[in-house]
Amino acid sequence: MAISREDVLHVAALAQLELSEEEIARLTIELNDILAAVGKVSELDLSDVPPTSHPLAVVNVFRPDEPRRSLPLDDVFANAPERDGDYFRVPPTGAAEEPSS
Amino acid sequence: MSIDTLRLTAEEAMRLLEHGEVSGAELRAAYREAIDARNEELHCFLTLVDGDDNGGVPIALKDVISTKGVRTTAGSRILENYVPVFDSTVAERCKAAGLQLLGKTNTDEFAMGSSTENSAYGPSRNPWDPTRVPGGSGGGSAAAVSAGLAPWALGSDTGGSIKQPAALCGNVGLRPTYGTVSRYGIVAFASSLDQVGPVTKTVRDNALLYGIISGRDESDSTTVDVPPVELPEAEDLAGLRVGVPKELNEAEGIEPGVTAAVRRAIELCVSLGADVAECELPRSVEYGLACYYLIAPAEASSNLSRYDGVRYGLRVPADNYYELVARTRDAGFGDEPKRRIMLGTYALSAGYYEAYYGQAQKVRTVIAREFAAAFERFDVLISPTSPTVAFKLGERSENPLAMYLADVLTIPPNMAGLPGLSIPCGLSEGLPVGLQLIGAQFSENTLFRAGHALERAIGFDTVPERLR
Repeated sequence: MAISREDVLHVAALAQLELSEEEIARLTIELNDILAAVGKVSELDLSDVPPTSHPLAVVNVFRPDEPRRSLPLDDVFANAPERDGDYFRVPPTGAAEEPSS
Repeated sequence: MSIDTLRLTAEEAMRLLEHGEVSGAELRAAYREAIDARNEELHCFLTLVDGDDNGGVPIALKDVISTKGVRTTAGSRILENYVPVFDSTVAERCKAAGLQLLGKTNTDEFAMGSSTENSAYGPSRNPWDPTRVPGGSGGGSAAAVSAGLAPWALGSDTGGSIKQPAALCGNVGLRPTYGTVSRYGIVAFASSLDQVGPVTKTVRDNALLYGIISGRDESDSTTVDVPPVELPEAEDLAGLRVGVPKELNEAEGIEPGVTAAVRRAIELCVSLGADVAECELPRSVEYGLACYYLIAPAEASSNLSRYDGVRYGLRVPADNYYELVARTRDAGFGDEPKRRIMLGTYALSAGYYEAYYGQAQKVRTVIAREFAAAFERFDVLISPTSPTVAFKLGERSENPLAMYLADVLTIPPNMAGLPGLSIPCGLSEGLPVGLQLIGAQFSENTLFRAGHALERAIGFDTVPERLR
């Protein structure tokens, strides 16, 4: 299965990465190489095997729902690139198209 | 008293502190002196910490471990100025045990790599031969312990990032059972695999530090209660059933010098009283790497979506929000995180999910079952940790697939959530060879016992020859 330049652009949009021309060219080659190697998993017939998403048999870990103090707002904003009162400030979302899946 | 940081174990440092033979300040000064003398060449530390209220044994933490008030970069430009406002649970537990923080150690960006060459701040170097890599991603921690810049350190391991650097630098690294050590406050890479663990000079130090950091944590729902840690004493392996998985010991690319050192260790197991027999893991090694390089990037692509230039980290300004996010991520991430984000996003995208990610999750079940079957017959499985000794800087950095092969022997047990201990078992071409001891889930005490007895029998000198 070959990855085209268009595939790379589509995946980059999904991943919210604005890649340079050089990166697009290089990633097209590299992703083809890597996918050819990892595609090895499809050699096995595993139709009867359940998937594993987590290595321990732990399910539904609960704790009492007790209110507790959250971080002070000044801490929450301590690393923010731009703060506006009690908000993170960002430019408008309107002008360009939202990436779609 | 004079302190030889190259030889002092953490256990001995603790004893000296308890008996008042040395003060915490003197210990700190000795390590700072060693750092001043050797860090410029080896580049183990990204950030050094001045002063610390604790007066206990010093420690270094890999820079994916959040430390309140101390910059935590994960080896990435996107977190260059990030100063956590809270401590990770492991940092908190180290503090509670009185350990004093020396600094934060270098790592491949977001712990993605096997050499530290993917660090945005430049590679660390191997104390045995500075023209070679210390392994990765936790190369900074491993090199610091080997070069006497810290008595012990913490790393994190997803595909081999504690075990492989420990092997290449000649020290002891434990990747604990999944769920035994809290990841609260650890910069996430692949959440079904990431584990924090100790890097030390001796197996006993390793058990001590594992005892400090392990145990259930309310802030990480994947953690569980852990059996009490037993400091290993025995110098024999009487009654221990040791399996030698054929595929992990005969994989393509294992250097003859590595095989020879591991063979000698296996013979030692026999003379120490262990019952040793061959076994098989037919699919785990053949399909492990492929399975890992689908699951880990898929999880990484999700975890790294949080770096958006909004709440913390780098921001590249733009007139529009979506451009701001995309430009920030392009400028802030290096080549390897981008490669993995792209690979993972592709593997999870509509039309490819079942063939790649879904199939890899099933392969993971196959791997877990193979190991479970082996542990019905054996207490410990044994193999090389890394197929090669430390390689030259630049030798693999242009070829991602060649770099990925560095973890071919550490990945299979990681996929099954198993603990693995790497101890040095000899030299090949003047460079350390690591022996990987794999146990069943929660069998850390068995690994410590086996590791300690072998360590005594092997008698490896952990101080790099050129520094003796």
